[in-house]
Amino acid sequence: MRDVSIIGVGQTPVGEHWAHSLRDLGVEATRAALADAGLERPDALFVGNMVSGLLCQQENLATLLADFSGFPGIEALKIEAACASGAAAVRVAQLAVASGAHDLVVAVGIEKMTDLAIDGVTSALATAADADYEAAHGVTFTALNALLMRLYMERYGYTRADFAPFVITAHENAVTNPYAMFRETVTPEDFLNSPMVAEPISILDSSPVCDGAAAVVLCPSDRARSFTEQPVKILASATATDTIGLAPRKDLLWFGAAYESAHRAYRQTGLRPEEVDFFELHDAFTIVSALSLEAACFAERGQGVRFAQECHIHRNGKLPICTQGGLKARGHPVGASGAYQIVEAVNQLRGHGGPNQVANCRVGMAQSIGGMASVAVTHILGV
Amino acid sequence: MSAPSILLRTEHRVGIASYGAYVPRGRIRTEAIAACWGLEQKRVPIRAKSVPGPDEDTATMCIEAAQNALRRVAVAADQIRAVWVGTESKPYAVKPTSTVVAEALGLTPFISAADMEFACKAGSEAMQTAMAYVGSGMARYALAIGMDTAQSRPGDSLEYTAAAGGAAFLFGRAENAVAEVEGSLSYVTDTPDFFRHAHRHYPQHGQRFTGDAAYFHHSQQATRALLDALGRAPQDYRWAVFHQPNPKFVRRLARQLGFTEEQIRPGFLAPAIGNTYAGSSLLGLAAVLDIARPGDRILFTSYGSGAGSDALSLVVTPRIGSLRAGVPRVRDYLERKQEIGDYGVYLRLMKKIHRE
Amino acid sequence: MELPRYHRLRSTFYRLQASRCAACQATYFPPRPYCLHCGSRNLEELRLSGRGRVLSLTRVYQPSRGFSDGVGTLTALIELPEGLRLIAQLTDVEPAEVETGQEVEMVVRRLRTDEEQGLIVYGYKFRPVVGARAAEGANSA
Repeated sequence: MRDVSIIGVGQTPVGEHWAHSLRDLGVEATRAALADAGLERPDALFVGNMVSGLLCQQENLATLLADFSGFPGIEALKIEAACASGAAAVRVAQLAVASGAHDLVVAVGIEKMTDLAIDGVTSALATAADADYEAAHGVTFTALNALLMRLYMERYGYTRADFAPFVITAHENAVTNPYAMFRETVTPEDFLNSPMVAEPISILDSSPVCDGAAAVVLCPSDRARSFTEQPVKILASATATDTIGLAPRKDLLWFGAAYESAHRAYRQTGLRPEEVDFFELHDAFTIVSALSLEAACFAERGQGVRFAQECHIHRNGKLPICTQGGLKARGHPVGASGAYQIVEAVNQLRGHGGPNQVANCRVGMAQSIGGMASVAVTHILGV
Repeated sequence: MSAPSILLRTEHRVGIASYGAYVPRGRIRTEAIAACWGLEQKRVPIRAKSVPGPDEDTATMCIEAAQNALRRVAVAADQIRAVWVGTESKPYAVKPTSTVVAEALGLTPFISAADMEFACKAGSEAMQTAMAYVGSGMARYALAIGMDTAQSRPGDSLEYTAAAGGAAFLFGRAENAVAEVEGSLSYVTDTPDFFRHAHRHYPQHGQRFTGDAAYFHHSQQATRALLDALGRAPQDYRWAVFHQPNPKFVRRLARQLGFTEEQIRPGFLAPAIGNTYAGSSLLGLAAVLDIARPGDRILFTSYGSGAGSDALSLVVTPRIGSLRAGVPRVRDYLERKQEIGDYGVYLRLMKKIHRE
Repeated sequence: MELPRYHRLRSTFYRLQASRCAACQATYFPPRPYCLHCGSRNLEELRLSGRGRVLSLTRVYQPSRGFSDGVGTLTALIELPEGLRLIAQLTDVEPAEVETGQEVEMVVRRLRTDEEQGLIVYGYKFRPVVGARAAEGANSA
C-alpha cells in the first residue's frame, strides 16, 4: 500500500444557503480544493453525503457533481455512513490512492439540509437509526442522544450545566472562522436557558441544521511535493461499526465504534493519545463530545465532561478540540462534517489556523461519528 | 327445565370461561363541556366520562381487554376458534378490527373473525354468537368483545355521555366456565331511535323514539321474556346489568323490572365513565364478575338502537376462584384516571381539532 | 404508508416477538439471524412478557414527521426481564408521573399521528403498570 497525502483543501461557508443548491455547494468545494492543489481534473471523485435523496430528491449525486464540476467521465461514487459520510469518503479516497487504483482523488463531503421543513429533516436524520425499531416508533436522533445523556448524567452525577464548556468553547472558536455558521459567543446562562429539543438536550446542546460542502484532494505521498509546498500526510485512516440500534449494546455509555476506529488508527501510526496535538471530534451533541473523548482515550470513563470543565479542550489546553467551531458552531451539514474536520485539521497542520492556530502542532486527529455512534471514522494527519 | 322456543338453546352447556375489561385513562369533566355550550350544570347527566388517548382506538382497546381475558386462564391459542368484535366505532369502515385483535393475541390464522354492528348491542351479539360456536361444538373456545370509542357531535346532548371502553368474554363449555349461561334470548324490532348515515361522523337521535319505544320497551321485553321462560323472578338474582345510556334510564329500567339499587350497583358504571356503547353492558358484567361469588345468579340485558336487546341469565361457578390474579379489574381502570378539565384538550384528544 | 413493510413487522410490533440463541441462551429484540454472543445461527422464537423498567427517558419536543401530537411525546429506553432492552414511546402517562426505574408494561397502540389516510400502524408502546400487576411489581422490586 502507498502512503497518501492531502495536497489541497476547499470549503464553502456553512449556513443556510437559500441562494445555493446542492450542486452549487458541491462544485464550489470541489473546485476550491482542486485549485488549492493546482489541479484541473482528478482521476476519481468520492462524495460523502448522507441523505440528499430525502432532503433534495437527488441521488446519483457523485455523477451530478462530477458532471457539474466539469469532468464527466471520471469514476465518481457516493459514499454513505450517516453523519460520518464525509469522513467515510476521505477513507475511501485514501484506500483508492493507497491501493494504486487512482493517483489524484477528490473526496467531498456535502449536505443541503435547509430545503425541507424541520420535521422532514428530523425524519431524514432518523434514517441513520434502525428504521424498523427506532425511527418507525417516532424515536428521533435527538431523542436517542437524550436517552444517553440522561443515563450519563445519572450514572456519573453531572447536571446539564456541566456540559456548557463544550458549547462555550466551540462558539468561541467559531468567532474567527469565516466559514463558521455561528460566529458569536454564548454564555453559561444562554446555555442553561436554551429551549429543549428532547430533554435534557436543548437547542444549544445540538449542532444546527445547515448547508455546506468541504473537499480534500489526495495523492500518493511521493508525488505530493510536486503539487504543494505543504502536503499533509494521512498517517491513519480507520472505520469501525457497532450495533445499529442503541438498545442492544452491552455497555450503553461506551462508544464501541469510536473506540475501535481510534485504536485502529493509533495502531496504524504507533502513536499514543497523548501524542495527538488537537482533536476535531464529533460534537453533534454535547453528550457525544464527552463520550468521544472517553472512547478515544483522552479522558477516563465518566470523565469526558470533567475534562472539558478543566479547560483541557481550549485552544491552549492539553487537547484543543473543535478548533474552528466544531459541529456545534461551525455547523453540522451532516454528510459534510467529516470532510470539514479534515479540511480544518489540514489547515492547522499547515499553520493556516488563523487566530485559532494550535501552536506547534504536528499531529492532528479527526473523528467523525455516524448514526447513534454505530459507525466511526478516525483519521490521524501529520506533517 | 322445559324449553320454550324463544330461548336460544345450545347443544352443549356453555359459559364464560374468562373475561377482561378495558377503560381508557382520560376523563373529561362534563361541567367543562357544559361550560362551553352554556348548559346549566344541574342538567348535566353525569360528572365525568372516559376519553380514549390519542393513540387509542377500538382495536387497541379490544386487544387489551382480550389480553386480560386470556391472562386469567391457561387456554392454548389453538383452542380459541373465533374472535368477534362488536362495535360502532371501527377504526376502518372496511377492514375488520377482529383480525388485528386476533393477530395481536397470536390467534391467527385458523380462526373465525368478524366485526359485528348493532349499535350498542353489538357486543352482546358477539357474545351470543360465541355461545353458538361453543354450544354447537364448532369451537372449544370463542372470544366475544364489545368495545367503543363513542363519537358525538360537539354541542350535542350525546357529548355528555358518549364514552370509551368495553370488555371481552372468552366463552367455553360449562365445565370450564366461571359463569354458566342458563338461558338467553334476543328481542329485536325495526325501531328508528338512533342512527348514523354512511360517511357521516356523528349519529343522531330519532326524534322521541329513544326512551319508551326503544330502550325501555326492548330491555323490558327481553328481560321479562327470559325470566318467564326460565321461571325466575328478579329476586332470584344477586346482580343485574343493563345497557347504560345514562344513569336515569338505568335506574328507571331497574325499578320498572323490579330490580333493586343493590342488585345493579356493582355493574352500574355510567355515573363514573358514561355510556361506552357496545362496551356498556359488557363492561358492567365484567365489573360484576370481579366481585361475584360462586352461586351468584346474574341477569344481563343489553340494548342496541335500531333496535333490540339480548338477555342472559348466568350462574357463577366455583371456578371463579381459580382465575389468575394480577390481571387489572374494572375497578383498577376506573381508579386509573387522568382528569381533563379543559374542553379544548378534550377536543384535541378526540381529534376534533388538530395541528395542521 | 409503506404497507408491505409494516405488514412484515406485525409479529414484533404486535407481540414483541424476540429471538433466543439455542446454544447460549442470549436474547435479542429485534430478532436476529445470528447470535452476536456465540455466533450460532440456531435462534428460536421467544415471545417477551411485555414487562419492563425505564432505564432512561426523554420528552421530545421536535418530533419526526408523522409523530406530532402537538404537546411532546415521551420516549424511553426500557430494560426487559428477559435480558434485553428496547426503545419505545411511553403512553398513558404525563411527563411528571414517570421516572427512571419505574415498572412499565407493553400495550399495543397506534404508532403514528398521520393515519387518516392509508394504513393504521399499530405497535408496541409502554405505560406504567395498571392495577394489581403494579402491586406485584412493587412487591418483587
